Amino acid sequence: MSVRVQTADFDAGAEIARLRAGDARVGAVAAFIGTVRDVNDDAAVARLTLEHYPGMTEKSLEAIVAEAKERFDIYDVLVVHRVGELRPTDQIVLVAVTSAHRGEAFDACRFVMDYLKTRAPFWKKERTPEGERWVEARASDDEAAARW
Amino acid sequence: MRDSTAVTVRVVYLARLREAFASAGEPLRLPDGSDSTVAALLDTLRARGGSFASELAPGRAVRVAVNHEMARPSDSLRDGDEVAIFPPVTGG
Repeated sequence: MSVRVQTADFDAGAEIARLRAGDARVGAVAAFIGTVRDVNDDAAVARLTLEHYPGMTEKSLEAIVAEAKERFDIYDVLVVHRVGELRPTDQIVLVAVTSAHRGEAFDACRFVMDYLKTRAPFWKKERTPEGERWVEARASDDEAAARW
Repeated sequence: MRDSTAVTVRVVYLARLREAFASAGEPLRLPDGSDSTVAALLDTLRARGGSFASELAPGRAVRVAVNHEMARPSDSLRDGDEVAIFPPVTGG
């Protein structure tokens, strides 16, 4: 299973070890971990709630992974994304890619994250001193995804 | 005859829109004689006024997925479709 949506935290080391276990073709593993910041748009963030659209979320992540495998010379991809209540410093998302060489692994990892940010149905809501607010999508995320 | 062509979809509201509409979703029958598209569905909702009119106003960034696939305003709807309406995504 290369895509998981879960409330529980993840152990990136264990996940990566499992992803490349026994695969001697692998010469490169690129991984990205997104975490919760304590400041966003100049406001202190005490808590982050992540909502998703069950069913479509998994399907869209699987489609992104399939597209990455078509576009890049890679072996495997793992995406773990958390939902529910999170706090600053908590892990949100893990993307890990195995390949023979680093270039394709780095590129595919970045591609998956850029597409995930603009296509996978997740939404963040922040608790700040002024109350709760939904995070607005950023134009810079659309631009990052459009590069591919 | 009319019943055989009536289109009723299951609408799902997510994130900010679920809160604005105070609803997670509802069954919605498209008006008889409408062209049964995503655009027609949004028009039907806007016609309610209030938060539906303001949140779904032309120019507001709203996304629609039909049966878990991203959809366009011109896409047709069939009886029993699940139509999700939500703001631009902000995961990762």
